Amino acid sequence: MTHYDFNMPVSEADVRKVKVNDTVTLNQTLYGIRDATLIHMFDRGRTTRFDLKGHAVIHTAPNVKWVGETVAHPSGYAPICIGTTTSARMERFTRPLMEQYGVRIVIGKGGLFAASQAAFKDLGGVYLAIIGGAAALETTWVEQIEDVDLDDLNPESLWKFRVRGFGPLLVAMDSHGGNLYTEVNDAARDKRASVLAALGVKT
Amino acid sequence: MKVDLKAVEEACKELYIRAVKILPPDIKDGFARLDKTETDATGKSVLGTMILNIKVAEDTNNLLCQDTGIPIYNVVIGRGLEVDGHALKQAIAAGCARATREHPLRSSVVHPVTRKNEHTSCGRLVPVINIDFSDEQDVLSIEMIPKGSGSENNSWLKMAIPADGVDAVKTFVIDCVLEAGGKTCPPTIVGVGVGGTADLCVHLSKVAATRPLGSHCTDPEGAKLESELSAVVNKLGVGPQGLGGDSTSFAVHVETAATHITMNPVAVNMQCHSARRARAIFTPQGLSYGF
Repeated sequence: MTHYDFNMPVSEADVRKVKVNDTVTLNQTLYGIRDATLIHMFDRGRTTRFDLKGHAVIHTAPNVKWVGETVAHPSGYAPICIGTTTSARMERFTRPLMEQYGVRIVIGKGGLFAASQAAFKDLGGVYLAIIGGAAALETTWVEQIEDVDLDDLNPESLWKFRVRGFGPLLVAMDSHGGNLYTEVNDAARDKRASVLAALGVKT
Repeated sequence: MKVDLKAVEEACKELYIRAVKILPPDIKDGFARLDKTETDATGKSVLGTMILNIKVAEDTNNLLCQDTGIPIYNVVIGRGLEVDGHALKQAIAAGCARATREHPLRSSVVHPVTRKNEHTSCGRLVPVINIDFSDEQDVLSIEMIPKGSGSENNSWLKMAIPADGVDAVKTFVIDCVLEAGGKTCPPTIVGVGVGGTADLCVHLSKVAATRPLGSHCTDPEGAKLESELSAVVNKLGVGPQGLGGDSTSFAVHVETAATHITMNPVAVNMQCHSARRARAIFTPQGLSYGF
């Protein structure tokens, strides 16, 4: 188990080094993205002016407050509470995010599935597990909302956060086929029969 | 007692804000209990982060979770109350919208077809308002539950048949916990509805998922079922966030209703570890807040 500090963006070689059960802390830039953002980018032909190459995206839609554009809040938004949503709904967007935009890291909760696992392997990427529902803590790792795009989708805009010490986050899926969720799920399914027997269920 | 609707509106605003920031004491106790018994290193570390987050939210007066959820208001009207029911519902929705705009909170509510967000946490039939009646004199109770989507997206109904018996209920609950994995933000409260009609069964599963920890089903058969299921659910090893460990659920809660001779419905609804609730109680002595 190794810990990595990444100053974003990163290279393919950087993420290929990372393995399941390692930990990663991110600094500098992090992009926030989720259902509507991805649906509009990949199903409705919209594009972003942001360069996501080598960057990390987090499955989120933050609570923000409009304060007007200032030096402290260049996007006009002050962060209130930034947390993470369930990644499963975003499964089919992992590969296009990586192929078309060069994204290297996906951060979320609950894990992704086989298509994402294959994309991480083919293209060089990782999934970092953040603790869902620990948003008050996560918010303390965000220094600023630097910029925002596709803001007509608010709160599901494409957010550009400036982060410091964002982590440590657990590597739950890597580019070598490692997947902590699959390991846990398989082990849990193996216990199904004994749990049902303990409940007196006749199978 | 005549209900002051302006006070209800204000309380419904306050309730939403309190609910998203302060975790009820029974849930905090639940965390302490799981933390003591967790044997998996990753599970222990994940629980530690969740417990730290509760403190950070309180210290920074911030939201526990960014998901402001679908707002649910459970209203219980006691005897002797004088209230215009339609205006009461309007006051609740107005309070909900004001919390969203004035705090501000993320409005997580959209039209189901157009996906348009009114940025008020309100829309058609939302906030969800459930109204019930009690035999308590001069008491109006309003409970607010911001139901997060991670757990709500993990909701299931099975119209099992009588020949499958209670085994169908037990098997379905275990399979739902396995299917949910880490998607529901475990440790969860697994809410199980047994019996009723299809819609009543699902509603009961939500009532069960959002009851305080330590409470029990008032039907002895339901209580027996929840005790049996609670005893084994954490043997599956799903663990906090689905990353492995003992702490898959705080508890399994069951609610029951009579059903048809041909039916054996079972529903599962889960509550995530951010099991948020807040309650306002109006009496002739005034307004008090709690859980």
